[in-house]
Amino acid sequence: MDGNQNSGEDFFQVAGRRFQSRLLVGTGKYKDFTETALAIEASGAEIVTVAVRRVNVSDPKQPMLMDFVDPKKYTYLPNTAGCYTAEDAVRTLRLAREAGGWNLVKLEVLGDQKTLYPDIVETLKAAEALIKDGFEVMVYTSDDPIIAKTLEGIGCCAIMPLAAPIGSGLGIQNPVNIRLIIEAAKVPVLVDAGVGTASDAAIAMELGCDGVLMNTAIAAARYPILMARAMKLAVEAGRLAYRAGRMQRKLYADPSSPLGGLI
Amino acid sequence: MNIVLNGESRALAPGLSVAGLLKETGLDARKVAVERNLEIVPKSAFETTLLGDGDRIEIVHFIGGG
Repeated sequence: MDGNQNSGEDFFQVAGRRFQSRLLVGTGKYKDFTETALAIEASGAEIVTVAVRRVNVSDPKQPMLMDFVDPKKYTYLPNTAGCYTAEDAVRTLRLAREAGGWNLVKLEVLGDQKTLYPDIVETLKAAEALIKDGFEVMVYTSDDPIIAKTLEGIGCCAIMPLAAPIGSGLGIQNPVNIRLIIEAAKVPVLVDAGVGTASDAAIAMELGCDGVLMNTAIAAARYPILMARAMKLAVEAGRLAYRAGRMQRKLYADPSSPLGGLI
Repeated sequence: MNIVLNGESRALAPGLSVAGLLKETGLDARKVAVERNLEIVPKSAFETTLLGDGDRIEIVHFIGGG
């Protein structure tokens, strides 16, 4: 029997670029840059999100992220965290493009400080402006299937619904919506935000997500480097389970040992 | 002349370029992006872009984020 069923090459493709890892990780909230670098390495991620902020001009010798997380080794995905208007988000990503020369970006326009829920009206405005300006936009959004389709329609290269509020670690609150978004989308769908532990990441992948993006679940674990490895394995396991095609759920038992030949 | 650099007022010698400002501040031009009065200054124009009195300059870089 073929031991390599459905063993074709499996890779994550976004905006025409290929990646082996389906786990994307943030670079925030770590104890220091050394821990950041070690956790990212353990996660196996090839894409890392980064924020754009003012340089501390009074202390220019402070260590910089780029000195620890090599932009030649990892694909930097600049975000717009902290932006509450389309205008701020577009301005931030134009600066990011100039700083690094990357046009693949993560757009998130927030609507509320307490929930960090996305402001969809501003998100749509920003996405349109960025796409017109030549950006490849991976967009953080709510788990609304209609909005997801609209964002795809205006040209976003990946749809990234939240599993739960950013940094909450609550896991996938609405698997039905995530599944609906996946079924309707022709671009990659990634769960972004809300993952708390490895099983949450596996569930996202078993639902058919193309990838998972997380930060706090790793950075806020007691041992972030260990959790980074757990997430790597969970994403791989969930992906394999999705490709394998799970068994049907049944209400009653079905014996695993044959009944024939019973003494 | 005076400019506003990352939100703080700063006195500079007249005729300083963006490249000169980065040098004076001790920043690696390869690792930052510069905005002058809400317009991006391309890296290729750091040498030729001269600062003027009252300019609002933002110098940003990448930090850890999710």
